[in-house]
Amino acid sequence: MAVAADPPILALRGVSKRFGAVRALTRVDLDLQAGEVVALVGDNGAGKSTLIKSVAGIHPFDEGEVRFDGEPVRITHPKDAADLGIEVVYQDLALADNLDVVQNMYLGRERHKALGVLDEESMERSARETMTALAVTTLGSVRQVVAGLSGGQRQSVAVAKAVMWNSRVVILDEPTAALGVAQTHQVLQLVRRLGDRGLAVLLVSHNLHDVFEVADRIAVLRLGQKVADLRADATSQQEVVEAITAGELADAAGTEVDAS
Amino acid sequence: MSAATGSDRTQPVTESRARRLRFLTDSTALIFLVLLALVAVFALVRPDAFASVNNVRNIFIGAATLLVIAVGMTFVIVSAGIDLSVGSVLVFSSVISIKVMTALGNQGWPVAIAGVAAGMAAGLAWGLLNGVLIAKARIPALIVTLGTLGAALGLAQIITGGVNLRGVPVELTEALGFGRVAGIPWLVVVAAVVTAIGIVVLRFTRFGRYTYAVGSNPEAARRAGVKVERHLIKVYALTGMLSGLAGVMSLARFSSTNIGGHLTDNLQAIAAVVIGGTSLFGGIGTVFGTVVGVFIPSVLQNGFVILRVQPFWQEVAVGVVLIAAVYIDQIKRRARERL
Repeated sequence: MAVAADPPILALRGVSKRFGAVRALTRVDLDLQAGEVVALVGDNGAGKSTLIKSVAGIHPFDEGEVRFDGEPVRITHPKDAADLGIEVVYQDLALADNLDVVQNMYLGRERHKALGVLDEESMERSARETMTALAVTTLGSVRQVVAGLSGGQRQSVAVAKAVMWNSRVVILDEPTAALGVAQTHQVLQLVRRLGDRGLAVLLVSHNLHDVFEVADRIAVLRLGQKVADLRADATSQQEVVEAITAGELADAAGTEVDAS
Repeated sequence: MSAATGSDRTQPVTESRARRLRFLTDSTALIFLVLLALVAVFALVRPDAFASVNNVRNIFIGAATLLVIAVGMTFVIVSAGIDLSVGSVLVFSSVISIKVMTALGNQGWPVAIAGVAAGMAAGLAWGLLNGVLIAKARIPALIVTLGTLGAALGLAQIITGGVNLRGVPVELTEALGFGRVAGIPWLVVVAAVVTAIGIVVLRFTRFGRYTYAVGSNPEAARRAGVKVERHLIKVYALTGMLSGLAGVMSLARFSSTNIGGHLTDNLQAIAAVVIGGTSLFGGIGTVFGTVVGVFIPSVLQNGFVILRVQPFWQEVAVGVVLIAAVYIDQIKRRARERL
């Protein structure tokens, strides 16, 4: 899908983040190309969550550069990320249980008619179109309350919510963590379709099986540094595991490395 | 529950239209039937007394101020909050209102309007204070509004020296207090307008949608870009302002403040909201349900008086209905979590 000559949609250059004495991220480089699914793996505390939260604008990087379409940008607030077209699907999904699927997908960006009255029908139609385009067929009614959905359905709603805003980068935090086998498969297929639709996808996962099923590229974080960036079809689970547990740290002069 | 779920692969073009017509949620429908049954029983047993124009009018007048407060309380509880201060804010607002009107000379429409505005502004101020303390200082709503419950009532008594004040302009008492439009008392008209606006805002506007979202999952709302703190402040401010309006209505009706007469307004409003199917856990509820929840106690009380049942039974009956309503809510929540 991606044309090799294009600059990456999102490029991180030497980004760092510390919380007090703890170095959560140290000079990480990462490129996300259109149409590419990149998996971000690493042990607990490796910095995966910090990285996605910084990209999402929840706590900005301390140092380094973020480029979007080749242009330097500053993401200091979740709205900055949303304006650029970066959407994050968090592990705990962040759906409002008592709202239905359409209401959740449009939460915060409702469409209006005159006098501030919500345009429910137009929102419902687009929501259904998005679901159809993403081939989410298991859902049934888009007017169901989210509380009644299964884990896989909820994940699908969260993903659909993220991609219906002309978003260009979608970050998924452990999207299959709480799912059974069949539902995991559904969600991974959905992730793959996002890539095939030309989005840049960053998949954060613990599960190497999942990662190898959908990812084009695998970036490994260890103790806040990127220790490997491998093409999925040119590596093995063993190599990735080695990088996760023992990847060589570019321990520049005098840099203390705190396990967090 | 049956209308929206089920096998609907081949569903109509939009379900929104169908949903909009189905404005009753299940528990609201049930409680609405209870209300209709009560009305039917009383009307059948004593058609002359219960179903008379005068009696119906009295029921509505009696419920008007509580309804205005309860509409605000619905927003608060849907947002997963609580406001215990409404009765005290009502009293405080009526005191401020009458002080302003007295200072301006106790007569004429401009004075009356200034008094109405002052009362609503005083209520709004308390509501803002509640909202800021709850949303920004993150003190639990129960504690904040328990504090302002005492503070507002105490300040009202400090201002008045503990005695009720008179001196409402006759224009206000004759129009808002006793006046009618097409046979309908103005108090009832005001309450009906507030209720209608409340229904529309909660159900059909972004403000209402955010209220449900904040009450359902504030973190989800925040991540979706909803300014959760600001929204909560608005919700409490709205309720404060409506309490202020209720204070002015009470003034107009009695031509006097009624410092001791609103001590249980908060609990009555909460009971009405909950009886109407709004969940104390937030995220679920309707203003229409609240209307039903306001009228069940007032119809019961009125009916018992007419039937010469000791009116104390009303309180017993309302207690039973309240507990039953919350129990139904619990069962529904548990059934849903099992999915």
